[in-house]
Amino acid sequence: MKFTEDHEWLKTEGDVVIVGITEHASEQLGDVVFVELPDVGDTVEKGDEICVIESVKAASDILAPLGGEIVEINEDLADNPGLVNEDPLGKAWFFKMKLTDASALDGFMDEAAYKDFIG
Amino acid sequence: MSELKRTPLYDLHVELGAKMVPFAGYEMPVQYPLGVMKEHLHTRAKAGLFDVSHMGQVIVPGEGAAEAFEALVPVSLMGLKEGRQRYAMFTDENGGILDDLMVANRGDHLFVVVNAACKEDDIAHMRAHLESVEELTDRALLALQGPAAEGVLEALVPGTAKMRFMDVGVYHWNGAELWISRSGYTGEDGYEISVPADRAVEFARKLLADGAVEPIGLGARDSLRLEAGLCLYGHDIDTTTTPVEGNIAWAIQKVRRKGGEREGGFPGADRILSELENGPSRLRLGLRPEGRAPMREGVEIFAEAEGGDPIGRVTSGGFGPSIEAPMAMAYLPAETLEGTTVYGEVRGKRLPAKVVSMPFRPATYKR
Repeated sequence: MKFTEDHEWLKTEGDVVIVGITEHASEQLGDVVFVELPDVGDTVEKGDEICVIESVKAASDILAPLGGEIVEINEDLADNPGLVNEDPLGKAWFFKMKLTDASALDGFMDEAAYKDFIG
Repeated sequence: MSELKRTPLYDLHVELGAKMVPFAGYEMPVQYPLGVMKEHLHTRAKAGLFDVSHMGQVIVPGEGAAEAFEALVPVSLMGLKEGRQRYAMFTDENGGILDDLMVANRGDHLFVVVNAACKEDDIAHMRAHLESVEELTDRALLALQGPAAEGVLEALVPGTAKMRFMDVGVYHWNGAELWISRSGYTGEDGYEISVPADRAVEFARKLLADGAVEPIGLGARDSLRLEAGLCLYGHDIDTTTTPVEGNIAWAIQKVRRKGGEREGGFPGADRILSELENGPSRLRLGLRPEGRAPMREGVEIFAEAEGGDPIGRVTSGGFGPSIEAPMAMAYLPAETLEGTTVYGEVRGKRLPAKVVSMPFRPATYKR
């Protein structure tokens, strides 16, 4: 698993990358009440705001960690946004994407580096 | 920015694991480890304890206090019986709202509670118009809210269960004088308790020792009051809104209205009385967005799904944990009917919302 400075986790599954948010991010957000996901087939650039997470406190975005195409979204989150707090690293994955450049993944933090990053 | 103040309960909040944030010049708990959602639901299921010591507590002494105070508010205070409390608002010359407040008749004086953010201005305003105004700085203020509040407080302070909604009284607990009102800001039955600052922690610990009571932060306080349809000063009402536009004209008794015995005689009476007669041009109304996306403060409201100018703006909005749905308050043209579908523009998309009456969740006051 790799981690971004925006507190996303990335997991490779064949030629597809699964994206979610970290436990740290879910704790900071507080109770999540609404998640808006991109559409399957969307082509995104690195840094695009592609998901919205609303908690009881505020709204925040998930940025596309890399460029590519959205191939699957987690429909369960629409009905049960609380999953983001219950199981951020598992059931609450947000979307799967096919990367334009698979080698771009190498630049992200591993778990130890991410732990250092959040202190 | 000047240094943040702390309430007498600051150390207790930290000990309880609260996340402290700046609010109205104070360091206040926004949430405890339970989190906003569970704190909200706990208050509705059992009882929540809130520190509201940042609010201003003021005494206006004298037999003539009620009459003099009526010059500042559109509310009947001469008609307020001893041992009773009423909701009121300070108005300005344009009919705008300077602050909303609670006023209690305590026999030889009025006891007034005002918002933290406005208290300095409020006190200056009262001093300019009233003979004597005493700000109390040696008392904390706690709120105990929820269905279990009555049982919890009665066990510590016998006699309080007999109080009805908006009753006030002086009680004693281990030598400390408590000024208690049966009121709150959650839509739940409950109490607001003024306690000497040097006994506040001890008293709060005693309440928290009851298994039914959890400490509740400002986050849940906001979602609770929003579900109850109650205004937050500075957001839902301010100097640009009148009490009539703000949909709190129910607080203005007949005796202060046109044709009443003590008609007018408060700042902005011309405009407010005229709006009461002829209706305001806009009104604070409730919105229930379809779907789950909250419409928060600042979201513009449109009559149509496409095109046109905004017809209003959300002043408070969020997700209601008890109603399990988003909710918002917005100023809309006064003729907007309940059940109308309007559209809130969220992140560039117009999302439908239904105009509804408030509260979003019925209150459970013990009347």
